[in-house]
Parts: sequence; structure tokens; C-alpha cells
Amino acid sequence: MSEIANPHDAKSRRDFIYFATASAGTVATGAAVWPLINSMNPSADVIALSVVEVDLDGVAPGTRITVKWNGKPVFIDHRTEERIAKARADDTATLPDQAHDADRAVRPEWLVVIGVCTHLGCIPLGQRGADPLGDWGGWFCPCHGSHYDTAGRIRKGPAPRNLDLPSYEFKSDTLVSIG
Amino acid sequence: MSGIPHDHYEPKTGGEKWLHSRLPIVGLLYDTIMIPTPKNLNWMWIWGIILTFCLVLQIVTGIILVMHYTPHVDLAFASVEHIMRNVNGGHFIRYLHMNGASLFFVAVYAHIFRGLYYGSYKAPREITWIIGMLIYLMMMGTAFMGYVLPWGQMSFWGATVITGLFGAIPFIGEPIQTWLLGGPAVDNATLNRFFSLHYLLPFVIAALVAVHIWAFHTTGNNNPTGVEVRRSSKADAEKDTVPFWPYFVIKDLFALAVILVVFFAIVGFMPNYLGHPDNYIEANPLVTPAHIVPEWYFLPFYAILRAFTSEVWVVQFASFVTGGIIDAKFFGVLAMFGAIAVMALAPWLDTSSVRSGKYRPMFKWWFWLLVIDFFALMWLGAMPAEEPYATFSLIASAYWFAYFLVILPLLGVIEKPLPQPETIEADFNATMAKKAGKGSAAQQPAE
Repeated sequence: MSEIANPHDAKSRRDFIYFATASAGTVATGAAVWPLINSMNPSADVIALSVVEVDLDGVAPGTRITVKWNGKPVFIDHRTEERIAKARADDTATLPDQAHDADRAVRPEWLVVIGVCTHLGCIPLGQRGADPLGDWGGWFCPCHGSHYDTAGRIRKGPAPRNLDLPSYEFKSDTLVSIG
Repeated sequence: MSGIPHDHYEPKTGGEKWLHSRLPIVGLLYDTIMIPTPKNLNWMWIWGIILTFCLVLQIVTGIILVMHYTPHVDLAFASVEHIMRNVNGGHFIRYLHMNGASLFFVAVYAHIFRGLYYGSYKAPREITWIIGMLIYLMMMGTAFMGYVLPWGQMSFWGATVITGLFGAIPFIGEPIQTWLLGGPAVDNATLNRFFSLHYLLPFVIAALVAVHIWAFHTTGNNNPTGVEVRRSSKADAEKDTVPFWPYFVIKDLFALAVILVVFFAIVGFMPNYLGHPDNYIEANPLVTPAHIVPEWYFLPFYAILRAFTSEVWVVQFASFVTGGIIDAKFFGVLAMFGAIAVMALAPWLDTSSVRSGKYRPMFKWWFWLLVIDFFALMWLGAMPAEEPYATFSLIASAYWFAYFLVILPLLGVIEKPLPQPETIEADFNATMAKKAGKGSAAQQPAE
């Protein structure tokens, strides 16, 4: 009973109970909410689709193909000597997002980039014959006028970065695995 | 509930007394519906009822639409066409829901600008104002997610662009975006969660509306003079007010009828006028429409989002100070949300002790310039992002911020307000009663 005789002491024991209850409640709430939040992250089937293999046999030099990977288009450009030379020549130019062509294409004749404008996510034009290619002969985003060159580097317009590169590897000369 | 003295509900019969001692619900409804309301409210005080009507309309038509809609990327577009072609009256219900969203935003903008002009946000109505801003934000979220559900091209690309805004947050942006979408891009997971939230949020809005009404029933309505209702006695209060039922209910219903004539004309004869033809093309992740334009009610804030490009010196300055963490894209996002945040902070930014814009000679000009600015931004948001629109957008965005952050604080100091009426009654007798003629003035209710 000495605790009650000392009100100060009783108060600090009460405080401890409040504090412990609040702490336990916070932890329990967090533990209960986390699975709900985590359930909104990509599900197993979405993650499973994140590798695709593309057969490049029959893609002639100078043509471009689009494949869907992770819900986004991937542009594969079978570059001509002329396009490679053009990209290499600009390696030393002042670019908004400095990058060397050799670092952007594992095999110079195949440029593989994610076809999503780094500005607000539109799909740039340039994959089909009649499309405008922009001032640097690569891609042109019609939404807000971003120009990309033949290495997929941003040259003019509001986009902050070069076209992103997916991770990919060549299984053979004509088979590329993206993802 | 109200701080204004008035008659309260008295249960009379045995049954009423029995219920009242157990659950005073009739008393709550009576006090709400009989609330003393300033008798000088003008036609800009009808929008609350219009908004309530819109919320009910959207919930009722929405519940019916859900009975026929399928939230799946392969079936959503077709199920909307099914509603349009096969479901009995389905096209009409869908057009009501589509255009109901537009009516909702027309009303909310009128309601907000009414509040800005008559100083309804000022003490003691700050909570009402803040709750209102929360409702407005939730309305925008609900409308945005609802627009994704038909799974047309604009649905898909609008969702891509807007969720892309979250990707602009430094460091944690990309994981947040992936989490919001439930995958690397807008897909089935996104459609499903947007459907879930689109169904949920209107009920959250309904709850907030109840709090909004509770708050201004506690403080009493503002009114065109900005002068408070006298609370010294019930007799004094009755000289300034009339009960909401039947006087304002009848007035508001009349306004609603007029607005519904226009609304039904649009729903019946030009239901797609405010929409985009691209949304009748099924979503295709590999092709972007030539012009991604949000719905008209988002355009002013979309214009602010796009106005701050990397060529603007404030953006370059912010980027320099933060070591590149705030780039042009993130700055645009901050500006867009900031534009709404400064509006929400109006109660504390406005330093003038005079509530109504009627008695503020300088304020009036700046206010109407803000209204023009709002429509200019709406127009600019629909224009392509090129000159001269980019410069105009920047000027218009700058004025939006200047109004709240510079002009409102300064005006309270430098402006000389006009004399305000002593009471609502005095103003009413001097203006409205005179207009109505001496004879009818004598028959004013509650005198």
C-alpha cells in the first residue's frame, strides 16, 4: 500500500501502463496494417511475367520492333551502320543526360530500350515507317515534344532522362532475353 | 446543435416521448432542418444543396452501374458497351453518371469561389473550410479513378500520367508508383483497386459532408454581408434569420429545378460533349493518343503542373538549392498540390478583419482577377505544351500563388474597408425589402 501513499509514485506507474498500452497498440496496428498494404504490391503472377524471350531472326537492319514486357513496350532497333555512327559521333556532345552509346547497346547493332518517355510516360513515335523520328533520327514523343537520338538519349524537350534500358542478355545471335 | 438561439424539438405524444428518451433522432433532424438561416442569403447559397443532390445522384446511378460492369482489363470496355447497348436504360444511367460528375464540379467550384468572395473561410468557420477542401480532394480522387474504369485510351493514359506524378517523388517515388499500380505499369491490378476505391470514397465523402454541415450549423451560416447573426436573444436572432424549412428548402429546390433543366438537356442531347472521343477506343498500352487531356475539371491544376519546366528560374533555383533533388517534374507536382494547399490555408493567409468582399473595394478586383485566372488556366490546360501557352501558363500559375500568398496577407493591412451594416436585419431592410416594395416588406416572415 505504500505506492498509494506516495501519489507521485502511483502516477509514474499509471504513466507506464498508458505508455505500454499505447506502444503495444501502435505495434499491433502496424502489424495488422502491413499485410494489407503489402497485398497491394505486385502479385506473384505479375512478377512471373517479368522475363520475356524475343526471337530476332528476320528483323532486317534498319527496322524496329516493339515487344511488350512488364506491361510496357520495349523498342528493339536493328541499327544500320549509319545509325550507329550517328550515335557514336554524338558521344562527346553536351547532352542533358550524358551517356556513351557503347554503354547503352551491348551489341552495337541491337539497341534495346524501354519505349516509355521519361517525362510523363507516353509512348514515343518512331517504331512504324511513317512515324516522325524527331530532329536526331531516333524517336519523337508527341505529348510534350521530347526528341530522342539513335541511342535513345534525350536531346530536346521536357523529358529529364534518356530512355531507360531494360536488363537483357543475348542467349544467341538472334535470341534476346529481356528481364 | 446551433449556437443561434431558437426553438428546439419538444416531444408531445407518448410515442414521441418514448422514442426521444431513448434515441433523440427526431430532435436531431428537427434542429437540423429548422436551423435559423440568415434571411439575406443570395443565389450563390444554393450550391450546397446542388452538391448534396450530386452526391446522391452519383451514388445511386453508380450502384446501378456496378450491377452491369466488370472490372477486368479484358472485359471492362465491353461491359461498358454492354451497359450502353443492352441494359434497359443503361445508356441513360451511364450518361447521368458521366455528366453528373461534371455538374458536381461545376457546383463545387461555384461553392468554393462563393466562399472565397464572401470570406466564408474566416474565423470561426475554418474547420468547415478545411473539411470542404478535404471533400474537394476526395472528389478529385474519386472522379479520376472513375474515369479509368471504362478502360478506354484516355482512361489508360490518364492513369499512366497521373500515377507517374508519384514517380517524380525523389528516392521513394518508383516503389510508391509500383505499389499504387500493383505492377510495373497500369494493368488489371490497377483497374481492380481503382474500382474498389471508386466505390468506397463517395461514402467517405458522405461522412465528411455530415461533418461539414455539423461544423457550419455550429457556427451558423455566413451570409452576403459577412455580419454575424445576433445571438443576444431569440427575438434578436429571429430578426436576422428565417428557419431553413420551409423558406430555404423551397428556394433551393427551385434552383435545383432550373439547374436540372440544363443538366438533362446536356444528358439528353449532348451527353458526350464534355468527354473525349479517344475514350471510346479500348485501352492499348502500346499506343499513346496524340493528345492526353484530362477532364475539364482538372485542367486548371494540370496547367499549373505543366507550367514549371526546367527553363523557369524558380525551378532552376529549387534544383540548385536542393542539389538536384527537386527537378522540374517534381517541382510541377509540388506546385499542383501546393495550389490547393494555399487555398486551404486561406483562413490564416487572409489578414483582413472584414469578412465579405462586398465591403472590400480593393479585394474585389483581385478576387475577380482570380476567377479570370482560374478560367484562363482551364483553357491553357487544354492547349498543347508549346509557346505561347507555356508562358501564359506560367504567368497564370504565378498569379494563383500570388493571390493567396501575397495579396490576401497584404490587403488586410493596406485596404480601407467600406462601412458594414450593423445587423443583417438593417441591411435586409435597406436593400432587399426596398426592392420588393413597401407593401410586401410588411409581410416579411419571422418579423
